Amino acid sequence: MNRIRFGRGLVLLICGIYFAVPMAASLWFSIDDNKGGTTFRAYTELLNAPGFRDSLVLSLELAGVSVAVLLLLLVPAMLAARLGAPKLRPVIEIICSMPLVVPVVALTTGIIGVLRWGPDYLQDTPFFQTIVAVQDPNFPIVLVIAYVLMALPFAYRALDAGLRGVDVVTLVEAARNCGAGWLRAVFTVVLPNLRSGLLNAAVLTVALVLGEFTTASILGFAPFSVWINSNGKSDGQMSVAVSMLSLLIVWLVLLLMSAVGRGRKTARS
Amino acid sequence: MTTAPTPVPAPASAAQSGGGAPGSVTPVPTAATDAATEAPRPGRRRGTRGRAWLAALPLLLFFVIGFGLPAIAIAIGAFTTSTDALDGGGTFTTDNITGSLQGAYFTALWGSVKLSLLTAAIATVVGLPLAQAVATSRFGMFREAVMSASGVLANFGGVPLAFMFVATLGNSGEITKRFGLAKHGWSLYTFSGLSVVYLYFLVPLMVITITPALEGLRTQWREAAYNNGATAVQYWRHVALPVLAPSLLGGFVLLFGASFAAYATAEAMVGSSVPLISMQIGDALSGNVLVGQGNLALALGLDMIVVACLVMAVYLPLQRRSAKWLA
Repeated sequence: MNRIRFGRGLVLLICGIYFAVPMAASLWFSIDDNKGGTTFRAYTELLNAPGFRDSLVLSLELAGVSVAVLLLLLVPAMLAARLGAPKLRPVIEIICSMPLVVPVVALTTGIIGVLRWGPDYLQDTPFFQTIVAVQDPNFPIVLVIAYVLMALPFAYRALDAGLRGVDVVTLVEAARNCGAGWLRAVFTVVLPNLRSGLLNAAVLTVALVLGEFTTASILGFAPFSVWINSNGKSDGQMSVAVSMLSLLIVWLVLLLMSAVGRGRKTARS
Repeated sequence: MTTAPTPVPAPASAAQSGGGAPGSVTPVPTAATDAATEAPRPGRRRGTRGRAWLAALPLLLFFVIGFGLPAIAIAIGAFTTSTDALDGGGTFTTDNITGSLQGAYFTALWGSVKLSLLTAAIATVVGLPLAQAVATSRFGMFREAVMSASGVLANFGGVPLAFMFVATLGNSGEITKRFGLAKHGWSLYTFSGLSVVYLYFLVPLMVITITPALEGLRTQWREAAYNNGATAVQYWRHVALPVLAPSLLGGFVLLFGASFAAYATAEAMVGSSVPLISMQIGDALSGNVLVGQGNLALALGLDMIVVACLVMAVYLPLQRRSAKWLA
């Protein structure tokens, strides 16, 4: 038994070092002034750097809208599959697994292919105008579509895990027998029970959207991750500073969301 | 979160009378279908059965538009000439596909496969003992901390990761300078350098993936093995690993997919100095290909999808099998 304890300690130590060293080194790199002292120049200049705020705001907006769209699409479908149409379940499962099969770069080539359909032979149709509208650089809807697709498999898993722990059919029947309408049954009985599943799905989606680079960069939009890349190539120290910051932001978002979920749970129980 | 626009609910009556009929392209706002199923009716069991699938209609429509159209674009584009070709484009051809499997493109595809196999294998081998060490830890707080850290790091691919490693192990990185690694032939901007970076998000991903399976190992199995005189090694060889095998292989395949599809880290760190298929696609899409080969990117995309499909064909059945064992 002692040998196992020792081995466990060793594994944890090695992995701890491997994961801590890059963070420590990056932190040092970002505050090293190359004269043996420290400077916080990179961090103070960051907040005023051109494009920093715009790109961060755009990323947060995209994340919010993607979560909303994703849940509005997925939750009714999954509830319907549980409550009224069991035949839908394999269909939804397949749909939600498909995006895993297609690497993001490949999906992006497909999206570009579709966007190229427009200008050629449909100039005056609403179809063409739609294609222009979804590419509005102020709020690229095409990115929301891509992000929702990318998040589908993860959100599905999270919600499915949540649904497994709840007997939705019985809950709804009980609520209906007590005289609740469908909306009331879903909103006051089912959804509160699914809180952690919903929260996990949202957290995964937010994390995915905040870090996503491939599609946005290839399609030529400038959310946070793209801004970091273009900015970082000109100022190495600032790029590392912003990388540390983005790690912190992802961490805070995740902590905040799980804290919100836990707080509600304890408040109600 | 605050900026999410609420979709305008369509009148419930419209949805009830089949407003979301097939053929309408706009996704039906879900609120409408909720409202539709809400109306109480005498013979409600039948009624809800009939209308329940309406609630799934928005998802189906979204999928057809968001996923189906790009898939069609790839399928058509990969097998037709580009619009900038001599014949004006649209003619059937297999040149794109054969071109995408030759020369530099084949090297890149093979490079991606090699890198993904190597990093997924290492991450699987490292991730299992790490997950086991964490899962059996006596400190609940520690376990929670590692799991949440894994969640963050597994999602922390991309550009920031690349910059962090440049600062650590790059040409003027802190560790490189301190230990004079460059003199020993170390360079981050190579195949092995990229592998080290990929492991930073693959190992946490493995920990997340394999932990539920590890927690599914019943203590009774271990106790039974020990009571029958088995050593720890024998327990792992004959009981734990065979049960874990589908989950492990499934995890490996998932990691392979993650590594194979990765784009941002490599793009920000090495550009195209390490040949990878995703880099080649990025280049091709930004117009760095010869005139008349615009559809080459689509063919390369198709190549990637085929590889990923082969991988998933292994993963999905395994997922099911391990779920059966550990339920």
